Amino acid sequence: MECGSPAPAFRNLRHTHMTSAITNPLALIAELTHRCPLHCVYCSNPLELAARATELSTEDWSRVFQEAAALGVLQADFTGGEPLTRPDILDLVRAARSAGLYVNLITSGLPLDESRLESLIEAGLDHFQLSFQGAREETAQEISGTKAHSQKLRVLEWLKRHRIAVTLNFVIHRRNIAQLPEMLALAESSNASRVEFANVQYYGWAFANRDALLPTREQLTESIDFLRRAQERLAGKIKIEYVVPDYYAKYPKPCMGGWGRKLMLITPSGAALPCHAARVIPGLSFENVKNRSLREIWEVSDAFQKFRGEAWMQEPCKTCDRRALDFGGCRCQAFLLAADANATDPVCSLAPQRPKVDAILTAINETNSIGAGLVYPGGAPPADEPLTKPALLYRPNPA
Amino acid sequence: MSIDLESHPRLAPGCRMNEKAQQPRTLLMPERALRLNGPSLEIVERCDGKHTVHQIVTELQQLYSKADPAKVEQDILGYLALLQKERALDFEP
Repeated sequence: MECGSPAPAFRNLRHTHMTSAITNPLALIAELTHRCPLHCVYCSNPLELAARATELSTEDWSRVFQEAAALGVLQADFTGGEPLTRPDILDLVRAARSAGLYVNLITSGLPLDESRLESLIEAGLDHFQLSFQGAREETAQEISGTKAHSQKLRVLEWLKRHRIAVTLNFVIHRRNIAQLPEMLALAESSNASRVEFANVQYYGWAFANRDALLPTREQLTESIDFLRRAQERLAGKIKIEYVVPDYYAKYPKPCMGGWGRKLMLITPSGAALPCHAARVIPGLSFENVKNRSLREIWEVSDAFQKFRGEAWMQEPCKTCDRRALDFGGCRCQAFLLAADANATDPVCSLAPQRPKVDAILTAINETNSIGAGLVYPGGAPPADEPLTKPALLYRPNPA
Repeated sequence: MSIDLESHPRLAPGCRMNEKAQQPRTLLMPERALRLNGPSLEIVERCDGKHTVHQIVTELQQLYSKADPAKVEQDILGYLALLQKERALDFEP
């Protein structure tokens, strides 16, 4: 999960689709760079990061936005890495807006001052998503390997003075889940109209650090109850989204809204992927926007065709009533947990490989019986487990 | 969350229609997009901070004069409440 973005898998752009095999993409996830001042232990970037020298130019991106809009894309999500490390970020916002796209920025807020924020809004930025690693500096620092929290609080103050949509993205895991009430209080003191509490999804760096991050069942249950009450109390004021870790789910998430159905991700160096993690699947090759049009990549490239529709499915997916709801779940997770990208997502309670997920959960819940213990603002600090810092694998910066 | 008939609904920050030349007409919002047509488009186009809810109701009752006026009002209030729940509208005094 990048920078506190909601799990892209849970994107829910409401749209009436034709029932034919190929629908048009609705959102373009533009990973503008892998450079980032943060080093989050759950980063969705691949373990092998794109070097600065390989990044697409302003002109390349501008053409991509035009092609995306022509293909039916409505929204561009500027993400990274940290998109604000691109010196041409204002040009990129203008280019996407003039192509007719809705421009969404997902940022740590670090390389930002108030005048740059104003410039972004003037350039046509539609939606500002500010990521948080916790409600407290020390937690945020442990997770991101950077001192960043106080800057985010400054950004929140600047945002109050401007007319722009604001979403706060909190990435949730075992080490900060107890701070949910403090995080919510922070959101209520801001001018955010949306707040997303998205549990880490276990790919890439997060997969490597899973045992240090996965919450216990008790924590999860308490967090769901807490946020359900908050949703009722804040209805019409702040929209609260909660994404739970799918290891605890009964059925898998409809990953990316279905493979090659709604979303397209472009990496910093121009590879077009059906999702963040697709590169983990062996045997897939990805076209580059420098060599092929977006339409060609979307409609006929092998990578986008590979798991589109239902032909690839095995039992129990193949005849399951839910196959049009969740599309068999996540292909990358099937590969990561079952070593077979064609398998039913192992988090599904109907999957033959579900016992593997249960074993992971059992181990987490037996060794972390620290209680859920939500901590409320002003209350005693959370009963943290001892620091396991040496066990965490921080993502570095690319060359 | 009852709706004041004398308030002026206006699209919230981050919520806007796509350009007129773009079809279908779509309300773009954070993480969402709603295709609009017929009455839903007529309602949203009037959420400009200038029309009161009451004025929107009156104008649409005229526009859909064959429909039951009470039903038109009820549908509009329901739709505005839905958009408010999505945080797509601000109601200004």
